[in-house]
Amino acid sequence: MQAAPAPKVRARLTARTFIWLQGVGGLVGFALLLEIVPRSGIISPDYLPPFSTIMVALFKEMTTATFWTALSDTLEAWATGLVISVVAGVVIGIAIGSSHVLRALTHSTIEFLRPIPSVALIPLAVLLFGSQIQSTLVLVVYASFWQVLIQVLYGVQDVDPVARETARCYGLGAWAQIRYVTWPTTLPYLMTGIRLAAAVALILAITSEVAIDTQGLGKEITDTESGGAVAIMYAYVVAAGIIGVIVNLGARALERRVLAWHPSVRLDAAEAGA
Amino acid sequence: MDRAVKPMLEVNGLRKVYEDASRTVEAIRDVSFSVGQGELVCIVGPSGAGKTTLLKCIAGLLAPTAGGVVVEGTPVAGPPPAMAVVFQEYGRSLFPWMTVHDNVALPLKQKKMPAERREELIRDALAAVDLKGVNGAYPWQLSGGMQQRVAIARAVAYEPHVLLMDEPFAAVDAQTRADLEDLIRVLWHRLRVTVLFVTHDIDESVYLGQRVLVMSHAPTVIMEDVAIDLPDDRTQLETRSMARFGQLRKHIYSQIQLAKQGWRPPSP
Repeated sequence: MQAAPAPKVRARLTARTFIWLQGVGGLVGFALLLEIVPRSGIISPDYLPPFSTIMVALFKEMTTATFWTALSDTLEAWATGLVISVVAGVVIGIAIGSSHVLRALTHSTIEFLRPIPSVALIPLAVLLFGSQIQSTLVLVVYASFWQVLIQVLYGVQDVDPVARETARCYGLGAWAQIRYVTWPTTLPYLMTGIRLAAAVALILAITSEVAIDTQGLGKEITDTESGGAVAIMYAYVVAAGIIGVIVNLGARALERRVLAWHPSVRLDAAEAGA
Repeated sequence: MDRAVKPMLEVNGLRKVYEDASRTVEAIRDVSFSVGQGELVCIVGPSGAGKTTLLKCIAGLLAPTAGGVVVEGTPVAGPPPAMAVVFQEYGRSLFPWMTVHDNVALPLKQKKMPAERREELIRDALAAVDLKGVNGAYPWQLSGGMQQRVAIARAVAYEPHVLLMDEPFAAVDAQTRADLEDLIRVLWHRLRVTVLFVTHDIDESVYLGQRVLVMSHAPTVIMEDVAIDLPDDRTQLETRSMARFGQLRKHIYSQIQLAKQGWRPPSP
């Protein structure tokens, strides 16, 4: 019998709306706090302008070409770096994960390289590329690649032995096994990896713009700060935060779509119905 | 054993020893038997009798330590192309990321047949197991019994000469189980496929099989090869209440009890 989807979906929507409303409520509270603290003089408005002033500055800034160029520069570095990390993470992860020998050989090296903070590579990036986009890419890729690789390695090892044996019995060759068994098994892990990598990539893109002066939102933050335009500086900080939220929402939506068959997403429906 | 029909599946002096750094476990000591073309043979044994190990060796998933398996005259070195396997864990054997249709279609795609022929086989196989209108459903949207039907349809569509079944109904409820047993008899008659059916259920082995091979406790040998001389037309109600069914059941039950106590047939 096929499960009747209608009531479950409705239940899930109500549950989601509720969670969404709670999130919005929290944000409104935070905005109120940012409004009151400077106005009451706890922190000088010279250093922290009231929230409304920041938002006015943001909307004004959004009418300038500078804002949109900076935004697209940041997004370009972010997206390029993320794509490189995901492709490299998947290919290398499946290759290493499918071989006991490779896994044993690379394990200690990965565990050594992974904790090195990307920021520690800033001097190297500057040395190699100055303040071009490549510098940003070095930092973004180095930070986000490990997130993807580690998840893919976990995923590849999670292939169900019964599924593997079934595939072998029914004549699936090595390539078909990767495509029809290993890849779908890895997908939930990869989606987690992508979500983590997307967030880290954005952080590093903006870090690089702040620290190396490559073009983008981060550069605007430092430029406006040194120019004394405090409200506009905060406007860019808020913009960076909003992009972070959008990136995360996008990654989650992608996850739900791609993993409709997966117990983690399936259970969502059952729990909301209960 | 002298049989009129030519053997489809032969197991010769099969031995399997698991070895790792710390210990050695002899799972199968010496198993030989043969299954004729079109036969339905059940293997029954107490738990821990190495039934799954034996089946994996036959399926070409596991290399035996000694001896070998021959399918249609060809020694088994990997999964034989003419063999399909139905596993006990249907929920793990069916791919949850694929619809029912795609699960059945996947092995056929590897065979590189024309799409029309493939669709025809899928349609026929799903009809043969009494599943209709579930093509687009995912396996996990179906009941356990229906999922196992999908797994059987996948095996049937593969057009195997030998069908291996590893305790396929151990995880479904009793009524579904009876229905699926009858389904196997029907499919076996219709497709004239050779079936090797592994189970721990004595009643099931007697009800389904033409022969029942009783296995000893590990390290496994065959205790007895019992011919099931029940009429070919079997029904849950009548066959199971026959006096002969009871006798065969009792006989195999006592053999299994002996097996549990560690009794083994004298070596030849």
